[in-house]
Amino acid sequence: MSSLSNISTATLTKDLRLEWRSKDAINSMLFFALLVVVIFSFSFNPTAEESRQIAGGLVWVAFLFAAVVALNQTWARELRNQVLDAYRVSPAPANALFLAKAVGNFVFVSVLEALMTPLFIVFYTLRALGPAWQLIPLAMLGTWAVVVNGTFFAAMSIRTRSREIMLPLLLFPISIPALLSMVEGTSAILTGEASAKFWIVLLAVYDLVFTSVSLLLFETVLNAE
Amino acid sequence: MKKAFPIFALLTLVLLSYALYEALVAAPTEQTMGDVQRIFYYHVPSAWTAFLLFLVNFVASVVYLVNRSDKADMVALVTAEVGVVFCTVVLVTGPIWARPVWGIWWTWDLRLTLTLVLWLIYVSYLMLRRFSSGSQTPVMAAVLAVFGALDVPLVYFSIWYFRTQHPSPVIGRGGSLDPRMARVLLINWAAFLCFAVLICWSRYRLERLKREVEETQALEALLEPRGVR
Amino acid sequence: MTDSKAAPPGAPLVVVENLTKQFGRFAALRGVSATFDGWRLYAILGDNGAGKTTLLRALAGLTQPTRGAVTILGSTDVRAVCDQLGYMAHPSLLYDEMSGMENLRYFAHLYGIQDDERCAKAISAVKLDPELTRPVGQYSQGMRQRMSLARALIHDPKILLLDEPFSNVDVGSAKEMVKLLESMRDAGKTIFVVTHQASLLEGAADEFVWMQAGQIVGRTRELQPVEVR
Repeated sequence: MSSLSNISTATLTKDLRLEWRSKDAINSMLFFALLVVVIFSFSFNPTAEESRQIAGGLVWVAFLFAAVVALNQTWARELRNQVLDAYRVSPAPANALFLAKAVGNFVFVSVLEALMTPLFIVFYTLRALGPAWQLIPLAMLGTWAVVVNGTFFAAMSIRTRSREIMLPLLLFPISIPALLSMVEGTSAILTGEASAKFWIVLLAVYDLVFTSVSLLLFETVLNAE
Repeated sequence: MKKAFPIFALLTLVLLSYALYEALVAAPTEQTMGDVQRIFYYHVPSAWTAFLLFLVNFVASVVYLVNRSDKADMVALVTAEVGVVFCTVVLVTGPIWARPVWGIWWTWDLRLTLTLVLWLIYVSYLMLRRFSSGSQTPVMAAVLAVFGALDVPLVYFSIWYFRTQHPSPVIGRGGSLDPRMARVLLINWAAFLCFAVLICWSRYRLERLKREVEETQALEALLEPRGVR
Repeated sequence: MTDSKAAPPGAPLVVVENLTKQFGRFAALRGVSATFDGWRLYAILGDNGAGKTTLLRALAGLTQPTRGAVTILGSTDVRAVCDQLGYMAHPSLLYDEMSGMENLRYFAHLYGIQDDERCAKAISAVKLDPELTRPVGQYSQGMRQRMSLARALIHDPKILLLDEPFSNVDVGSAKEMVKLLESMRDAGKTIFVVTHQASLLEGAADEFVWMQAGQIVGRTRELQPVEVR
């Protein structure tokens, strides 16, 4: 167990360091996130009252699209120079690698969300009428839901034709309950008209189920040939 | 086994014809909806059949992951394909029914939405099977099926709660079912099930033949001396 | 440290039984059976498509045989003894954006090794500078391959599996690598080298294993091509 967290940490720090070094990826992703917000705000121009009703949906769809672009890059570095082979021949457990990649993606997508959120607030004059603090667990659980499955399906997509399109094809249907929870939960908090508790709990269950099954089945997918 | 197939096919044909007659002619006309309601006898059994097929797909996928049995993989493939077809029937008959009766083409009601999500998951399953390379396909598909199956209860609960928050028309019958209609419903379901089994069986045989041919070709390649390629 | 782990010369370390690997209709390996002893340097030679890479990958546990078995160090499960295996291929298996030392530090972690000195020693052993901060992606091919070899050695494995290590490498670097391989063999390691440049291993290799069309067609002490029917 200690070797799992050890290897995960080492992999995670390596990935974060590499992302930090080649700031190209971060910069282009951040700019992409900004563009998404602008385009959405352009296309849906609600009043302050309407915006609270639909912001939940808009924001999370925007996050989803930004996340997919980030997720498609998950294994790019490992595929170059066949680094994945070096990992596979080592005694390192496969799900240590998965965990590191998933957490790395979580950090990355969270940074994107942190950038996009204030912009949405500005463009839509958003104000939460309900308990705003609940947005934090909702966002974290929701982000993890997309990221954990996204990292897994990104690994599955590696071995398919049309790699980049395969990821969203697999991810979107399975993510529907999570997306619904995020959207409804956010709307509930913004409008203050309902409680987001059920959605937060559902997301927690979703995260638990899919994190477990991803950890369980990642080795199978990694070594499929 | 060979004789059983045509006999079963004939039985299915008879049952389907009987079910058709019952649904379109013999069943009593619904009070408020009129004859349009008869589509119910196609809509609901298709849904049940699709769900059952997907359940079989899940079991076959788990069996495959456990013992890598080729048979399990073929069953998974077959049930996914036929399941998607029945799902499509549900998704098409739903709006056809809804429009004249409730005035809307679509409503995000529980059954219809669940069916749509299942349809999406299994179409992505079929796409994965098509886009992945031969030797990995069974494993990848089986893994995706497990993910899909685990998703289903979560989809159900999320939509159920969503509907309690935002009530809207339900496509289907509120209230209890007239026993005569229930009978017709069950007859149709039996007919649809037989039809599903027939198609699955046929597809399974086709797939098995295809794989046998591939295996023979592979064995030939193994045995013959390789010249210039 | 190495001597106590090394097998006495002559004990079969790697046994391959009826190893078959098919990719659809293409048979990369056809029923290869052979034993390989410890403390030896084996050169595996043959044309493109002979099955050399597939054999090496099967030994490394990177590919599962369609039929047959691989026994390494007494274990039929390669994963169980993978900490005794070092693997190298034509791609560098290194991160282009990190320096040599950073790369080795990371890969050492995968083997439970957190010792900077060992990493530095491995880099020095392949005649590279541990202090070099230049990212590996900017190395020459010769330097990159040597660094990849250092990576394969970091955990002091008993068996080395090297697939085309001298490919595109300058003659000087290649000769350095061969010298290093010889000294490692003398110290008790067993080394398998797949290469097209057999002349580099003349005098160094204990045995030349000739493959063609997925089979081993001959094994010789001296570098002389085997007559193939």
